[in-house]
Amino acid sequence: MEQTAGDKRLSVLLNGILRENPVMVLLLGTCPSLAVTTSVTNAIGMGLATTFVLLGSNVVISLIKKLIPSSVRIPCYIVVIAGFVTIIKQLMMAYLQPLYLALGVYLDLIVVNCILLGRAEAFASRNTVGLSFLDGLGMGLGFTLSLFAIGSIRELLGNGSWFGVELTAGVIEPMGIFAAPAGGFFVYGILIALVGILLRRDGRKPRKSFGCGDCPSAKDCKGKEGA
Amino acid sequence: MSKKLITSPSPHIRGRRTTQNLMGDVVIALLPALAAACYLFGARALLLSAVCVFSCVFFEWTLCRLLKMDSAIGDLSAVVTGLLLAFNLPAALPLWMAVIGSFTAIVVVKGLFGGIGQNFANPAIVARIVLFVSFSSAMTTWVKPFSYQYPTADVITTATPLALMRNGRWTEYADLFWGTTGGCLGETCAAALLLGGVYLVIRRVISPLVPLVYLGTVALGAFLGGQDVLFHLLSGGLMLGAIFMATDYTTSPTTTWGRVLFAFGCGAITILIRLFGSYAEGVSFAILFMNLLTPYLEKATLPRVIGGATE
Repeated sequence: MEQTAGDKRLSVLLNGILRENPVMVLLLGTCPSLAVTTSVTNAIGMGLATTFVLLGSNVVISLIKKLIPSSVRIPCYIVVIAGFVTIIKQLMMAYLQPLYLALGVYLDLIVVNCILLGRAEAFASRNTVGLSFLDGLGMGLGFTLSLFAIGSIRELLGNGSWFGVELTAGVIEPMGIFAAPAGGFFVYGILIALVGILLRRDGRKPRKSFGCGDCPSAKDCKGKEGA
Repeated sequence: MSKKLITSPSPHIRGRRTTQNLMGDVVIALLPALAAACYLFGARALLLSAVCVFSCVFFEWTLCRLLKMDSAIGDLSAVVTGLLLAFNLPAALPLWMAVIGSFTAIVVVKGLFGGIGQNFANPAIVARIVLFVSFSSAMTTWVKPFSYQYPTADVITTATPLALMRNGRWTEYADLFWGTTGGCLGETCAAALLLGGVYLVIRRVISPLVPLVYLGTVALGAFLGGQDVLFHLLSGGLMLGAIFMATDYTTSPTTTWGRVLFAFGCGAITILIRLFGSYAEGVSFAILFMNLLTPYLEKATLPRVIGGATE
């Protein structure tokens, strides 16, 4: 089936939102997904900050992909990503101080979020600037949506509120475990299963084995690394 | 074709024991403790146990229906889980919290991991810990024994012997043995639990190895820590945990040395939490932690095949 340029652009954009959702399907960026999702506000703040960095790093890396020697590509990607993280950190410190304080060290840790390096390596370094921009947008929105979902469930059940507005806290005693890390894992695991069911309806079969060929980096390493 | 010649894979000799009659024996062994709980804490104890059992069976049935599996409620394991969960709850716990506990035990811990025999940890223990972490005040509101006889609508509360000890107050051995102390439904009466334990050992449902090593380790730890050994053995959830929870087939090792290590670990963590932890009691955390180590203990203690190659 011949794919028009418009279709391709749309599928790149939508890819990150469900089919290859970074948190629910690729299982990348799990650390912030568990750490900052005790409230919806923090979750969305983290999601949008990461989206900003992802957009910036994808575009810049795509622009300079021909200049980067392959042997030092990872440090180069990290430097670009760290630059954008510093920008968003300074901006948030200046204009969104409560959120900046709530996210704390996890804001700096966006640098080591696998989604950023993963998209740089798997997408931006081998696609055009426009497509990389769309990929960053889709992945960023997918990340934000996932955090929003986890955060909504955890804040509602663990704190009886949503966006800080008290809803059920006065009626039912909130279950503290959802605010604790263990509850985060529960919610995360169950959401992964639900997304899996959704994708199976979409015709995707669960994989039984993960051979070397299934790895996103298989084209680069040609089976040289690992076994 | 002659029907006399049947070829089939092993096993060729089957025991008569089924999951159903094993679990039936466990239910029978739990009855003395249930009777003691009703005597100590009144009809409320029976109501809470009934709610736990019915909700566990209901969740099991619903899950089997939803997943189109053969209904597993006939094997009585959900009844055992419900009873054990109730025994781990304080008598005055709101009933809807008990239902959340049943949901955690049956759906999250057992159902999502593949049903009976597949759970990674004891369902009742995880449910207890989830409730304890979530509703800490309701889960530590201990009803005073026999307070149902007083003509008052309020719940008369007390503290558990272990908590009292931390405040320097002593509980008599007789009270600990007969269960006339504050605590969870089924954990206070050591006499009833021991009776159930002896029944299980006689019926060969459990081997006495795990309970004995568990209790022995706690006794040794209490002795080394300079505390009263008998007090530590009789108080808290130790008897309930050692006899009924640490001996769960699915979540404890099958090898002898694996069991010894498992029970030793349970005992060591229990006494360490009791002596040095911020909580007064550590049986449930100890058993959960050792449940998680069970696959590794089993792997490490696998017996070598006779005639197999040596490395």
